[in-house]
Amino acid sequence: MVQTGSAAAGGLATPVLEVEDLAVTFARRGEQPTRAVDGVSFSVAPGETIGLVGESGCGKSVTSLAVMGLLPRRGVQVTGSVRLDGQELIGAPDRVLRSLRGADMGMVFQDPLSSLNPTVPIGTQVAEVLLEHREMTKAEARDEATRLLDRVGIPDPARRLKEYPHQLSGGMRQRALIAMSLACSPRLLIADEPTTALDVTIQAQILELLRELVVDSGTALVMITHDLGVVAGLCDRVHVMYAGKVIETADRHDLFARPRQPYTGGLLASVPRLDSGRGTPLTPIRGSAADAIPWAEGCAFAPRCDNAQDDCLTEVSGSTVPLEPDGPGRELRCRHPLEHPSAPAGASAFGTDAPGAAR
Amino acid sequence: MTAAPTSPGKDELLRVEGLKVHFPIKRGIFFDHTVGHVQAVDGVDLVVSRGATYGLVGESGCGKSTLGRAILRLVEPTAGRVLFDGTDVAALKGEPLRHMRQRMQMVFQDPLGSLDPRQNVESLLSEPLHAHGLGGGKAGIAEKIRTLLDAVGLPSAALRRYPHEFSGGQRQRIGIARAVALEPDLLIADEPVSALDVSVQAQVLNLLEELQERLGMTYLVIAHDLAVVRHISDVVGVMYLGSLVEQAPADDLYEQPLHPYTRSLMSAVPVPDPGVEERRERILLAGDLPSPADPPSGCRFHTRCPWRQKTRCDDEVPVLRELGPGRLVSCHWAEEIRDGVLHPRSPEEALHAGAAARPAPETQPGDDDPSPFLGRDQPLPRAEQG
Ligand SMILES: Nc1ncnc2c1ncn2[C@@H]1O[C@H](COP(=O)(O)OP(=O)(O)O)[C@@H](O)[C@H]1O
Ligand SMILES: Nc1ncnc2c1ncn2[C@@H]1O[C@H](COP(=O)(O)OP(=O)(O)O)[C@@H](O)[C@H]1O
Ligand code: SF4
Ligand code: SF4
Ligand SMILES: [Mg+2]
Ligand SMILES: [Mg+2]
Repeated sequence: MVQTGSAAAGGLATPVLEVEDLAVTFARRGEQPTRAVDGVSFSVAPGETIGLVGESGCGKSVTSLAVMGLLPRRGVQVTGSVRLDGQELIGAPDRVLRSLRGADMGMVFQDPLSSLNPTVPIGTQVAEVLLEHREMTKAEARDEATRLLDRVGIPDPARRLKEYPHQLSGGMRQRALIAMSLACSPRLLIADEPTTALDVTIQAQILELLRELVVDSGTALVMITHDLGVVAGLCDRVHVMYAGKVIETADRHDLFARPRQPYTGGLLASVPRLDSGRGTPLTPIRGSAADAIPWAEGCAFAPRCDNAQDDCLTEVSGSTVPLEPDGPGRELRCRHPLEHPSAPAGASAFGTDAPGAAR
Repeated sequence: MTAAPTSPGKDELLRVEGLKVHFPIKRGIFFDHTVGHVQAVDGVDLVVSRGATYGLVGESGCGKSTLGRAILRLVEPTAGRVLFDGTDVAALKGEPLRHMRQRMQMVFQDPLGSLDPRQNVESLLSEPLHAHGLGGGKAGIAEKIRTLLDAVGLPSAALRRYPHEFSGGQRQRIGIARAVALEPDLLIADEPVSALDVSVQAQVLNLLEELQERLGMTYLVIAHDLAVVRHISDVVGVMYLGSLVEQAPADDLYEQPLHPYTRSLMSAVPVPDPGVEERRERILLAGDLPSPADPPSGCRFHTRCPWRQKTRCDDEVPVLRELGPGRLVSCHWAEEIRDGVLHPRSPEEALHAGAAARPAPETQPGDDDPSPFLGRDQPLPRAEQG
């Protein structure tokens, strides 16, 4: 159940999903086009979990919808490359995408109600996925649906099969949706804030279920969340996003022990931790995500950044701040990153979790 | 039913005794047929000391907001008393009631929903001052509003703008400015930061703390986020299905939670630190929160409790009792659990024990079935699980 040891953390296995330079622009007639996702690249291997984190509006959901081919065709421009087991999905016909969704890639959303059909019992919905993507008789599909509901922890599955989505609690619905995603043992699962609407005790159950799925089925998991605690417990590698771009990538141990991007550091200093005492000071980031400037003008985080200097602006440096390698397994988009003492300071503060302990 | 918290005295600002709020469930063509009650709040006792922050946590639907609203009499309690600064709030009418209302204010989760979209910030902030005849004339009010804006960190240019023109964090600042305009003694903040981005959450938490220090306010902070509550509270109360199950000084509670629900709840909170995550005790609770319209008998937590015993838990209501200085807990077996004499059961075991103790499975309410998939909920350190 521990993910750190799992096969793929270092990207040794062939990736299931490779996203390269993905960009999404929304253009409405009479309005300035908005570039919601701006040159995002990442990959996920079987049995690996990667995290996409960032505050609301940074482009996490649009990234996941673009990968799944779920963005509307009109008024949206998607460029770059998304390959699932080597097969290019950008520009692929809807028919191909539809058959891949469900069979090879599944998605779990924050609000399961929006992805479940309110007028069809959940058992029928799970069975339909099976009938569409796997060769089965109706009776076999029903048995398999029962087995899947049982697997995701829905009690008394034979009875629940006949219930409608509104008869289930939020946690049960999310499980039903995960059961549907599991129906075809997908190679890739994208979970977009799957627990944000749930209470912590239910969140713990769902996260455990996802963990188990990754370990047992070798599913590649893309976990999208704004919750740094969830990332710390679940993801092998983490990509931090800001204003449509990845601004820092690292193994989760490195990222939490030595954040380099001032935004990442600022996020970590902002969250109250359950294990730190009453009144431990919080150091917020000033302003809000709305203060971002366009990347073409300079680092989007500059208006909020304590490390910002003149060369963070394009006008001064002559180029947009690039995403560059930053030591083993890390990438960074910043001209004046946070420095950490070169001695393994993490060793004292984080016990046995000295750098490299996880590998 | 429950023992009142101890040590009444001059330094207590708010006292709640045996508070109940039951909402009728109505059915029938003319909606006049009451078929049952949602026991949203069912017998809560608590005391908030002057100048302190009392944090109230629990899962959604456990009655936190209803309790807050009942204290302010935004909803009529079914039973019980609310004493504010020694006065029974229910007994007040007319001018004294108005004055009392001025001394207690509320901040809501969704600032947009609680601010009139047609009023600009100036009018939003001056309205309560006018209504209570405070601020001393036009010039006085204008001066007061400028000070308020400054105190919550908004520019004076904000005065002419409308709520929808602001970001979530700025709107919450407006909500707070409005609430503190009347210089209340008690501020009830219901999920004040849960709609905000993390970086902005910290700004608002710091602002609340700063204002408390500056204005000497007493806080009742309601939140489902345990880390937020620990950060801001002196005393924390944990609610489950309408009742307090545990109350303790914040740091004590987090260092040694005594009630099985508190322990489970805290073990479910992820910490943004991979090292801690790997070692964290995890107790997975089976199933969902039962319906407050049909709460379980005996200890209300018994349908999900990993420590549930064959005796007492199912049929005897535990009272909130004192287990140590300032430490209240309502569990029959709190000492044995604390001392490690009793161990949590796996959900499979709990399920079978439940089947034996109950007459027939069909009689179980639908939503609280313990779910059997959580076979791994013994609190194993995570490092051992791989
Ligand atoms: N259909 C759309 N039309 C125009 N802009 C959109 C649309 N969907 C999302 N956006 C914009 O794209 C940006 C990224 O949104 P999103 O991916 O949903 O953020 P996140 O999931 O990280 O909170 C936001 O600024 C949002 O306003
Ligand atoms: N006005 C109302 N009428 C009927 N039921 C209500 C009303 N307000 C709240 N409830 C119910 O009371 C219970 C407690 O709700 P609430 O106090 O909002 O919980 P919390 O704030 O802890 O999430 C819930 O079951 C809720 O559905
Ligand atoms: S590039 Fe400059 S403004 Fe951007 S995060 Fe780094 S130091 Fe701050
Ligand atoms: S009284 Fe029994 S069921 Fe209730 S919390 Fe204690 S051990 Fe669990
Ligand atoms: Mg999103
Ligand atoms: Mg509430």
